[in-house]
Amino acid sequence: MKTVAHQALDAASVRGVTYADARVVAIRNRSLTTKNGRVGHASESESLGIGVRVIADGAWGFAASADLSRAAVEAAAARAVEIARASARVKREDVRLAPEPAAVAEWTTPYKVDPFTTSVEQNLDLLLKVDAEMRACPGVTLAETGMNFQREESWFLSSEGARIHQTKYSTGAGYTAYAFAGSEIQKRSYPSSFGGQWQNRGYELIKEMKLVENARRVAEEAVALHRAEQCPEGVATIILDGSQLGLQIHESIGHPIELDRVLGMEANFAGTSFLTLEKLGNLRYGSELVNVVADARQEHGPGLGTFAYDDEGVAAQSTPIITNGRFTGYLSSRETAHAIGAVRSGGTLRAESWNRLPMIRMTNVSILPGEKPMTLDQLIAATDDGIYMETNKSWSIDDKRYNFQFGCEIAWEIKHGKRVRMLKNPSYSGITTEFWNSMDAICSRDEWTLWGTPNCGKGQPQQVVGTGHGASPARFRNIRVGSAYQGS
Amino acid sequence: MLTKEKAADIFDRIRRFSSADEVEAIFTGSRFALTRFANNAIHQNVEEENSIVSIRTNFAGRTARATTNQFDGESLQRAITASENLARVQTPDPDLLPMPTSEEANAAGEGARATRFFSQTVAITPADRAEVVEGIVSVAGKHKLATAGIYSTSESGEGIFNSRGLANWHRQTLAEVSITMLADDSSGWQKLNSPDVSNLDSIRLAETAAQKAVESAHPREIAPGKYRVILEPAAVLDMVGFMFWDYSGVAILDQRSFLNDRIGTQVFGENINISDDAAHPLQAGSPFDGEGMTRQRVQLVENGVVKRVVYARATARKMKNSEYAGKVGLIEPTGHGFPLPNEVGEMPLNIVFGGPENPQSVEQMVASTERGVLVTRLWYIREVDPYEKIVTGMTRDGTFLVEDGKIQRGLRNFRFNQSLISMLSNVDTMSAPVRACGEESFDMVTPAMKVKEFNFTEATKF
Repeated sequence: MKTVAHQALDAASVRGVTYADARVVAIRNRSLTTKNGRVGHASESESLGIGVRVIADGAWGFAASADLSRAAVEAAAARAVEIARASARVKREDVRLAPEPAAVAEWTTPYKVDPFTTSVEQNLDLLLKVDAEMRACPGVTLAETGMNFQREESWFLSSEGARIHQTKYSTGAGYTAYAFAGSEIQKRSYPSSFGGQWQNRGYELIKEMKLVENARRVAEEAVALHRAEQCPEGVATIILDGSQLGLQIHESIGHPIELDRVLGMEANFAGTSFLTLEKLGNLRYGSELVNVVADARQEHGPGLGTFAYDDEGVAAQSTPIITNGRFTGYLSSRETAHAIGAVRSGGTLRAESWNRLPMIRMTNVSILPGEKPMTLDQLIAATDDGIYMETNKSWSIDDKRYNFQFGCEIAWEIKHGKRVRMLKNPSYSGITTEFWNSMDAICSRDEWTLWGTPNCGKGQPQQVVGTGHGASPARFRNIRVGSAYQGS
Repeated sequence: MLTKEKAADIFDRIRRFSSADEVEAIFTGSRFALTRFANNAIHQNVEEENSIVSIRTNFAGRTARATTNQFDGESLQRAITASENLARVQTPDPDLLPMPTSEEANAAGEGARATRFFSQTVAITPADRAEVVEGIVSVAGKHKLATAGIYSTSESGEGIFNSRGLANWHRQTLAEVSITMLADDSSGWQKLNSPDVSNLDSIRLAETAAQKAVESAHPREIAPGKYRVILEPAAVLDMVGFMFWDYSGVAILDQRSFLNDRIGTQVFGENINISDDAAHPLQAGSPFDGEGMTRQRVQLVENGVVKRVVYARATARKMKNSEYAGKVGLIEPTGHGFPLPNEVGEMPLNIVFGGPENPQSVEQMVASTERGVLVTRLWYIREVDPYEKIVTGMTRDGTFLVEDGKIQRGLRNFRFNQSLISMLSNVDTMSAPVRACGEESFDMVTPAMKVKEFNFTEATKF
């Protein structure tokens, strides 16, 4: 594949480009689901191709081809140059890339069990056991499970001399029990909703998730929600479980710190950001307890945003995003780094596949756990009056990332340090910085999990990539709750 | 580009390689180009060509799928083996049907065979796209605005072949333009697509977006609450799109549809009529479904009464034998199935709203409004309650206060939490339906709507 990438670089070079890179990517995926005791779908897929990115006349061009014959690869490179020259007709200034040493590297996701060496029978047997456990609970009307594996092998070569070969594995699984009765549909999911838990690991993740062990409880909670009281409307203290806090980070920190959004490059679709450049180093984003990093390094953990090099050959880094509550960093690329006076890219450019242009994406944007030992039970015990919410059900935020509203699958009212009753249809809403400034407690490392969000969409054409979000449960004061059902 | 003839050759090889009882191949091939601009400059500009074959094998009630984008013998063999291995280990599914013959698949006619392929769309070059963007940027410059958006063109072919003789093929083109105009504290937006690039008037769209940005400058916050709201077609589309997953036989059988116990009843206002019609002249897309069955016109809602839902072949058979058989209206395969195997069955994807007797333009709706809010576009819509069909989201890129029959000023954007059932029961007035596209749902033929008691629950800071 290196030869193929070289052919593309050579073809671009002879056409007078000032920069070129080529990514050959091979992706293999297995996807299995079950529904009510039967296989929902069983599928595998493979995709192979090359994407060629060039700068000519000071502007970008990109062309991609699934045909890796020499003629097709050279034609794709020539097309990328033609496109770049067309881009140059409508430019304001030449593209400037922050300098980056040309890396020569090999890297593979650390894993114990290659998921593709596990048998489909074994995978389906596990899912069907989970399914049976859920459906054994009277009142469950629909049980769905899913499991996914992906292997992505890429060869990145640049005209500056980078030669990087990476192989990334990701694994995910989860399930949901639904209960329809009267005029309500309730559901509970495990370990998280919308696909479950995902990490850049092998099959060992599946083994650790205790999928079967939790299925009955989850199903019983779905049914019990029909007997629960509606979450009240008003202002309350809330505690969020780690998976919900991970999504809160994703939406109200991860997206607004994307420097391409800040610079207006996503204004037509994903939107812009309230985090305008003058706020860097000056904005009080959250309370003193809020410390957030964007960390793509393996030592942060096996998140969906973990790699050795990004898709323009920049080494994985850890960037402090919020430090003791103060806003300290953006997600950047070689093209955008100069906008914040940085001498180097933050290393966050990633593409969905060979046929997509890499763009700034969240890596693992994580809140650091509290330093003082605190379990979830201890946090609840230390809360006199509040609502504990668990597992995301709906999420929405405006296009500058100020106003958000989240719904969760389940909640419990807390009185005098104890969970006293289950609440259905919980929701909370607020303004991003007001919300993070209201955080007054966060659980410690032993409650911290690096959650995976496999479905983050951005860009035109839209690209879906996985991101990681480490979080432990945390408490927030004076939060508006119940507004999702206000007026209905 | 992949052609029907080339796909047929590849399918012959697949058939020879496979030992399955039945084999099916779905082909998609496309050439896609997109020029993206922001801050009055092109900043991303891409083109790709790709072809995919997705192979499904059947073994006595067991089925699975494997996909590849490489058509050499080794890659095809690997995909076939993967499909067969995935299928063989399963327990037979009594609901799985044999693949349809060509006669069965095309029994309802061959559907919308009027061309959706236009050579003028294929002919667009990178330089042509840059020229269109130059025109949009010049409009922005004239109004002292910044612009961001996309201009894209594509040609594609898709087909389905199976070992029972089915060989259906469809090719089409699509051109799309989406434009945001940004001022210091306001913005405006327009988007349109069509198989025929000559239907896109990018300058007119740019001028409209610019006008919205200028007129919504210095937005004021007003208290959230229930308002009379004029939703432009893109806003209607993005909201109502969240209910069409539920117009599915499988959704009823799974008890996850808001139409459970509601089919045959007055769910919406009497002025609401909705059909699914792939052959409608303003629609785009393939005339056959994921099994190759012709997409039939289905009247989903008539005078506010939900009449029926759509069905894949197996779903129709299962529904006829279910406890719901007498409660869900006409049950028959309608040509709306997704490629098998899948969990969700089917869905109507070519929605056409019926036009009102007395259509009113958006301008007329504004003129007849004493106090209300005009909404250009909605954003980040998600379902809050699956049975009452409450959805939440934000207004975006052009939200206006209407008073005394006139647009008075721009407003800060709102969050809404609104039941679709109640919204479609509260429609005062509609425009003539148009082909509309948004970002949260699939393209539809839909009108603008004036809706009373629309539920804004919060305002944001811009």
